[in-house]
Amino acid sequence: MSLLQLENLSVTFGNFRAVDNISYKVEEGEVLGIVGESGSGKSVSSLSIMGLIDFPGKVSADQLSFDGQDLLAMPEKQRRKLTGSEIAMIFQDPMTSLNPCFTVGYQIIEALKTHQGGSKKELKIRAIELLTQVGIPAPESRLDNYPHQLSGGMSQRVMIAMSIACNPRLLIADEPTTALDVTIQAQIIDLLIDLQREKQMGLVLITHDLALVAEVAHRVIVMYAGQIVESGPASEVFSTPKHPYTQALLASLPESAAGKARLEALPGVVPGQYDRPLGCLLSPRCPYATDYCRKVEPANQGDLDRQVKCHTPLDREGRPAA
Amino acid sequence: MNQSDSRLILKAEDLKQHYRVKQGFFKPEAVVKAVDGISFNLEKGKTLAVVGESGCGKSTLGRMLTMIETPTEGKLAHLGEDLLALSADAQAKLRQKIQIIFQNPYGSLNPRKKIGAILEEPLVINTKLSKAERKEKALSIMAKVGLKTEHYDRYPHMFSGGQRQRIAIARGLMLDPNVIVADEPVSALDVSVQAQVLNLMMDLQEEFGLSYVFISHDLSVVEHIADDVMVMYLGKVVEQGTREQLFENPKHPYTLALLSSTPQLSPEKRRTRIKLEGELPSPLNPPSGCAFHGRCSYANDRCSSETPMLRLDSEENQEQGHLIACHAVEENRIESLVEGAA
Ligand SMILES: Nc1ncnc2c1ncn2[C@@H]1O[C@H](COP(=O)(O)OP(=O)(O)OP(=O)(O)O)[C@@H](O)[C@H]1O
Ligand SMILES: Nc1ncnc2c1ncn2[C@@H]1O[C@H](COP(=O)(O)OP(=O)(O)OP(=O)(O)O)[C@@H](O)[C@H]1O
Ligand code: SF4
Ligand code: SF4
Ligand SMILES: [Mg+2]
Ligand SMILES: [Mg+2]
Repeated sequence: MSLLQLENLSVTFGNFRAVDNISYKVEEGEVLGIVGESGSGKSVSSLSIMGLIDFPGKVSADQLSFDGQDLLAMPEKQRRKLTGSEIAMIFQDPMTSLNPCFTVGYQIIEALKTHQGGSKKELKIRAIELLTQVGIPAPESRLDNYPHQLSGGMSQRVMIAMSIACNPRLLIADEPTTALDVTIQAQIIDLLIDLQREKQMGLVLITHDLALVAEVAHRVIVMYAGQIVESGPASEVFSTPKHPYTQALLASLPESAAGKARLEALPGVVPGQYDRPLGCLLSPRCPYATDYCRKVEPANQGDLDRQVKCHTPLDREGRPAA
Repeated sequence: MNQSDSRLILKAEDLKQHYRVKQGFFKPEAVVKAVDGISFNLEKGKTLAVVGESGCGKSTLGRMLTMIETPTEGKLAHLGEDLLALSADAQAKLRQKIQIIFQNPYGSLNPRKKIGAILEEPLVINTKLSKAERKEKALSIMAKVGLKTEHYDRYPHMFSGGQRQRIAIARGLMLDPNVIVADEPVSALDVSVQAQVLNLMMDLQEEFGLSYVFISHDLSVVEHIADDVMVMYLGKVVEQGTREQLFENPKHPYTLALLSSTPQLSPEKRRTRIKLEGELPSPLNPPSGCAFHGRCSYANDRCSSETPMLRLDSEENQEQGHLIACHAVEENRIESLVEGAA
């Protein structure tokens, strides 16, 4: 049984499908990377797992289960208890998720209280323990700080401390380091991966940094305009991509071009709410698109372990299938 | 490359920008040394990249080079002419030759103006061109950056991030500059769009012989487009050299840490992570000696008391101008430590 399993999950806002029939699973102890350009549905799909899509947004799925328990069928109260303790999330913007009006210590202790309880003193000791664990020097002195008194790296650490406060079995980290400097980013990622290994957590790492995913993820999902276009073991997807979009993303990275050669830029932009094309969503930008692509949406090929959503998946040489 | 191509366009000598900041009612004013002694030469058609972490002074440097701010100290010469000694009038003229493009393509364009008006504004202020001539110029530059004629009458919100950055670049080109200071021009863009904009910048550089000061914290982008690189830490340059020197033979412990912290797609290019301790120091209260000593694994007593000077690397051919500010490099301690660990 997988830790997290979703089947044909969709999230719609009115007529707009922000997430369009996605399926994937996460195993215990696994790091799953989700990559894709801005607006591809990475955050919305994760928020829907946490039950955080507000009206008028609508979530539907054939299956959405955690450790075999159906998240959509269970009573609201039970689900809220599960998300927050067994499933935790680090949000894209730490400033919006730390409350500016309360001290760091108060916020961590509140998070601990709702899920485990204990005396005031015990909770404080646990809070200090957590801050130590995420590498905050002199943690006692930080308990009385307000979020604005912390640097970006510090608040990100506090967010991580809060998210692991209840020993979650699944942690969803949405761009946990995007706003940070590279050396601080490296510290935070190392910290997350150490925690993940130590606790054998499932970790979903959402980012648009392909190289970061290539370094730390076991498996990767590539999203485009709300759909999963390719998934598989990270090393395979990055070395021999099967979807033209994955191929194009990799080719557009500066490290893929030698010297001052021009980069292989994919023309155009990701379609939004009003310009979603017919057929394959990539067809207006895809170098291999045919008339058939422009009319008929491709199905997912392959089993969940290695999927590609294209009529003519690329072969090992990177050419479309005949 | 022939002689006329390597002409010196911009020369900066020991530029400093020190800000006075109030710290509250009862405390004395403090000084932030945002930029503290920077020198470089920029030649025609070349790209100088400035890298370093948030708050190290990159944008401050950009504002001085474009004369948005006057340096506290130092010299700045454009084609041999001392920019800081000129009259206000002469300065305004020369200012046209050095343009800046900002990071945020959303914030830097006036949402109430059409693209045509945004592009022509610098012409209205700085030239005597007629309305028709201005429009002609705007349309020709728009074509150069890949915008269509029909975009002339549209508003910024109708464009994607990549297109807005094209508009910003087009505006920078309106007065035929020879230097463009680009402050994180692609940081807010997705990779596929980032590639479009980088290609455009390289094309324009070739066509017009533009020189770029390219400010970025993304080393993979810098490695791709820079000729020379300057690594800054807390207002000072810690290492400076050609792209090859910086990426193939980096010496300063901070450069090494930056490079090893940058994720790499291909497993062969990955470097052993140099783990840094601690956070970036505060510019209001900079560490004594070498500003990096609190995070540096090679630091010793000398590092916490004596500020290292930027010196030519002793091992290489000195004419190649690879500069490093580090006691450990100077004392040859780094090589021995690396070998010792192996
Ligand atoms: N509350 C909402 N109402 C309507 N549309 C929404 C809402 N939230 C998100 N969307 C839309 O859903 C799409 C997916 O957004 P999402 O935030 O998941 O993208 P993302 O992949 O996380 O992008 P980024 O990399 O920029 O974080 C976008 O087009 C977005 O505009
Ligand atoms: N007008 C000002 N008054 C006082 N301090 C300033 C002023 N402008 C910048 N600073 C300070 O100078 C230092 C350098 O800032 P600068 O914006 O140049 O950094 P940066 O390298 O561009 O950072 P980032 O990567 O975040 O853009 C910072 O500590 C900043 O707070
Ligand atoms: S289905 Fe056609 S348009 Fe879509 S990715 Fe495959 S080849 Fe390209
Ligand atoms: S001078 Fe000392 S502290 Fe500074 S980088 Fe060199 S070894 Fe490290
Ligand atoms: Mg997001
Ligand atoms: Mg800046």
